[in-house]
Amino acid sequence: MNILVCISQVPDTTTKIQVSGDGQTIDKSGVKFILNPYDEFAIEEGLKLREQFGGAVTALTVGSETSKEILRTALAMGVDKACIVKTDAQLDSYNVAENIAGFAKNISPDLIIFGRQSIDFDSSSMAPMVAEMLDMPSISVVSSWKIEGNGIQAERDIEGGKEILSTTLPCVISAQKGLNDPRYPKLPDIMKAKSKPIEEIEPCHGNHLVSLSSMALPSSKRVGMIVGDSDADITSIVTALHEQAKVI
Amino acid sequence: MKHIIVFIEAKDSQSLKRTSHEALTAAQSIAGGASITAFAVNGSEQALQSAGNYGVQSVVLAQHELLGSYSSTATAEALAQYARSIDADIVIVSGNATGKEIAPRLSVKLKAGLLPDCIALSGDTTSIAATRPVYAGKAHITVHSASGKAIIALRPNVFTAKQIGSDAATITAFSPNLEASHARVQVISTMKNEGTLDVAEADIIVSGGRGMKGPEHFPLVEQLASTLGAAVGASRAVVDAGWRPHGEQVGQTGKTVSPSLYIACGISGAVQHLAGMSSSKCILAINKDKDAPIFKVADYGIIGDVFEVLPKLDASLKAMLHG
Repeated sequence: MNILVCISQVPDTTTKIQVSGDGQTIDKSGVKFILNPYDEFAIEEGLKLREQFGGAVTALTVGSETSKEILRTALAMGVDKACIVKTDAQLDSYNVAENIAGFAKNISPDLIIFGRQSIDFDSSSMAPMVAEMLDMPSISVVSSWKIEGNGIQAERDIEGGKEILSTTLPCVISAQKGLNDPRYPKLPDIMKAKSKPIEEIEPCHGNHLVSLSSMALPSSKRVGMIVGDSDADITSIVTALHEQAKVI
Repeated sequence: MKHIIVFIEAKDSQSLKRTSHEALTAAQSIAGGASITAFAVNGSEQALQSAGNYGVQSVVLAQHELLGSYSSTATAEALAQYARSIDADIVIVSGNATGKEIAPRLSVKLKAGLLPDCIALSGDTTSIAATRPVYAGKAHITVHSASGKAIIALRPNVFTAKQIGSDAATITAFSPNLEASHARVQVISTMKNEGTLDVAEADIIVSGGRGMKGPEHFPLVEQLASTLGAAVGASRAVVDAGWRPHGEQVGQTGKTVSPSLYIACGISGAVQHLAGMSSSKCILAINKDKDAPIFKVADYGIIGDVFEVLPKLDASLKAMLHG
């Protein structure tokens, strides 16, 4: 099976975010960047399927030179090939999807796996967008699944329950937490990954459908009434919830 | 004239999902003089007519044998065909599990800018701007479509639905031109989580964190939830420890929620947790550590031991609600 895993580099969740002077991006100084946590499930799933069906796993990212770090992680985990569409430009999700779809067309994967969402922009849109560009079916937020021949049966989380879906290969899925337990790369593999080749691909700076007007820190409009734990304090909170916030 | 389409979904044979009510109301808020049409691929006459209660008088129901069992790909194709037929400017969907699959496809099909996970809309149909949280809610961005056309997906439970009419909407049939290749992915069945109210759908959530000290103390949280008719939520720490099921997890690797009231019990407020609940309309935090980060995002806070505070709070709420 020919498997493409698409991954992205994101700021560590615990990183403090500051908006840079342009009012459009974050100040990257001092920010620790990591492999998007959901993408670990995507990589692991690709590796497991290779073990089961044979074939090869290619990891792809769209980003700048520093994004190669996460490809090294993917190589250390065991992917066969790592590629980067290298650009320093800020692309919108449509343009990122165009680059991924363009790459995919050249290698004709049977399966493309994403993480459920990247934890920087959280839009959860990449898997269906790329699938649409490639005229492939897609299933988002897959928590368990099985492949039999060309057929796929997958379970995904929806509000208040689960959904069982069927589709066929080739297709695109996005991985939910719990799909598998991602392996930790071993030290020798981490060392070997440092010297493995990473293929660089020229970006296509095509269509931008969305423009960013501004980025700002959220303004806090919270009431901020903090009290102790006496009976009177608790009564005052209950009264405030009822009369001021009107939520009960 | 500008045209807005609102994708709506039926909850049962009588009514639409609340997220559809929110989308219909959001459409009204930006409409100006634009026309608004609701679009559905299934739903009873009664459920679809109820769009009229939210001020939208025209519902288009796509009918095709390939829409018999729900298919995200066939639904997106049918909706795109209808949008082209009226040269729609804006399509609004709920950013629920369904909307998150069809909105990106619509963006590609219609070459329309995708504005996902919106928590606020400003401007009108000629220059719509959407605000959404990024970096786990640590920043907000405002974006607009560069192509003139926009697909807007609303974060569920953030926009308030307003009933503004009582006339039944008129339903018109639309026959999309679909082929089998459009329906390569299909829903075979859905399973509801039995018995418990899901955090993603609840109006009030009572969540417990590590401060609850063990699964045996969660009845305190459940009791408060029961008093308020609320769902029980949990932090990542307690789910990872196996105290509570993953379905209850609120946060970046769990569910993103925006209830009217979120009560955090013994939750310190790690960034991952805040990412999943900071858009709640009202937040009450109970924690014995006065410096816990959760208090920074809380409207109301009680500094104290959850084991003492929760029974007192429950009694006080019962007295207020039933007394």
